[in-house]
Amino acid sequence: MTWDLQFTLDSMPTLLEGLLVTVQVTAMGYLIALSLGLLIAIARRVPVAGSVLHVVMEFVRTTPLVVQLVFVFFLTPPNISGMTVGVVVIGVHYSAYTAEVYRSGIEGVAKGQWEAARALSLPATRTWGAIVLPQAIRKVIPALGNYLISMFKDTPLLIAIGVAELLTRAQQIGSASFRVVEAYTMVGFLFLLVSIPSAIIIRRLERRYAAV
Amino acid sequence: MPPSDAPDTEEPQAGEGQPQIVFDKVVKRFGDLTVLDHLDFSVEPGERVTLIGPSGSGKTTILRLLMTLEKITEGHIQVAGEPFSHMRRGSKLVPASEGYLREKRKSIGMVFQQFNLFPNMSVRKNVTEAPVHVLGLPKDEANARAEELLDLVGLGEKIDAHPTQLSGGQQQRVAIARALAMRPDILLLDEVTSALDPELVAGVLDVLRQVAETTDITMLCVTHEMAFARDVSHRVLMFDKGRIAEEGTPEKIFEDPEEERTKAFLSSVLDNGH
Repeated sequence: MTWDLQFTLDSMPTLLEGLLVTVQVTAMGYLIALSLGLLIAIARRVPVAGSVLHVVMEFVRTTPLVVQLVFVFFLTPPNISGMTVGVVVIGVHYSAYTAEVYRSGIEGVAKGQWEAARALSLPATRTWGAIVLPQAIRKVIPALGNYLISMFKDTPLLIAIGVAELLTRAQQIGSASFRVVEAYTMVGFLFLLVSIPSAIIIRRLERRYAAV
Repeated sequence: MPPSDAPDTEEPQAGEGQPQIVFDKVVKRFGDLTVLDHLDFSVEPGERVTLIGPSGSGKTTILRLLMTLEKITEGHIQVAGEPFSHMRRGSKLVPASEGYLREKRKSIGMVFQQFNLFPNMSVRKNVTEAPVHVLGLPKDEANARAEELLDLVGLGEKIDAHPTQLSGGQQQRVAIARALAMRPDILLLDEVTSALDPELVAGVLDVLRQVAETTDITMLCVTHEMAFARDVSHRVLMFDKGRIAEEGTPEKIFEDPEEERTKAFLSSVLDNGH
């Protein structure tokens, strides 16, 4: 089997379109995971609702993402795009993990901080917004960053619901031309091209925030 | 924290002359352990009272009940002639709601053993946070108040530093300024020098002496610093097993204690080099 350079170059526009979709899904899904995860972590401290939420999140974490994608995709009306389903499902799935990360950060805030806030009669919004969360989130930024990379690497699962992300595009090129090596090799290369710099940035964040 | 679970009861009769703080048959239990056992005592406005006694005798619990960090099991607490652990509903007293407690505890400030400054905020923000967001003070007024109080505690030049850049003694002085910025009527001091290196203790105690001399804030102080207790307080309460074993002026308690328990406690503290 020979490597066809011209074919590789010709495939690049299509593959880069796929990469753009992959990055878009990751960015939007990550925004959902970051914000929903935080809400879940806070809501988990409410007595009854918190326990119910815990069970739901355990369910989300213990079933495979690809099964959730397919399940939700075939339950939603056809006018809702696969892209939308993909973003929401991957975002909600990862929020179950980020919620745990936030929770550990919140529990790591010293009891004395809550007591000092109470002794100053600070309202709950300030206690959370100005004291607890800034301290909690700072500590978990590296862990949250790791989930960004992890989510990025999970986006090829969207092939199962036909979203035109990178792997789907490579598969389309492969089945149209019967040349699979170039397309799939470039998929791996493009993933590395994004993952490696991201990992370096996250390691730097880790060092920066670990020092405090 | 949920409101007090003490039972609904008839309101006790308010005494003459209205003390600042009244504990009326207060019981506090943690599970099976009774920490305060039908405790009665009162503190007059402007009075400075030191609580001494062996560890586990309930001194810190008294401060934590007043700061609403714990809830009472039985009895009543009144502050400034008003129910505190409870609130009026018609002619009945019912356990205080969280909103009621939040309003009432604004008049009370506390300084903790471990300082508990907010490490994500500058010294200035630590001191202005509650005046701005609880009392509704305009920012410039809160800033002026912070500058004045930080000058008082000798840390005017550290106003833009972060707590992590300060020594323990400096952090505790900021914590005192933070509590005073709320202009409390009552200041609770919970072993404020216990976590400090010996050479930093004097600076913190000097600040508190100055506060005692220049203000009429009612002070309740749990401490093992007997010299400080003697200089500053009007009255000393010796606690043992959740009850007051003996009380009197500092001269009386330190020079001529009557109770064997007081004598034993004082000699143990003095033997430890305090």
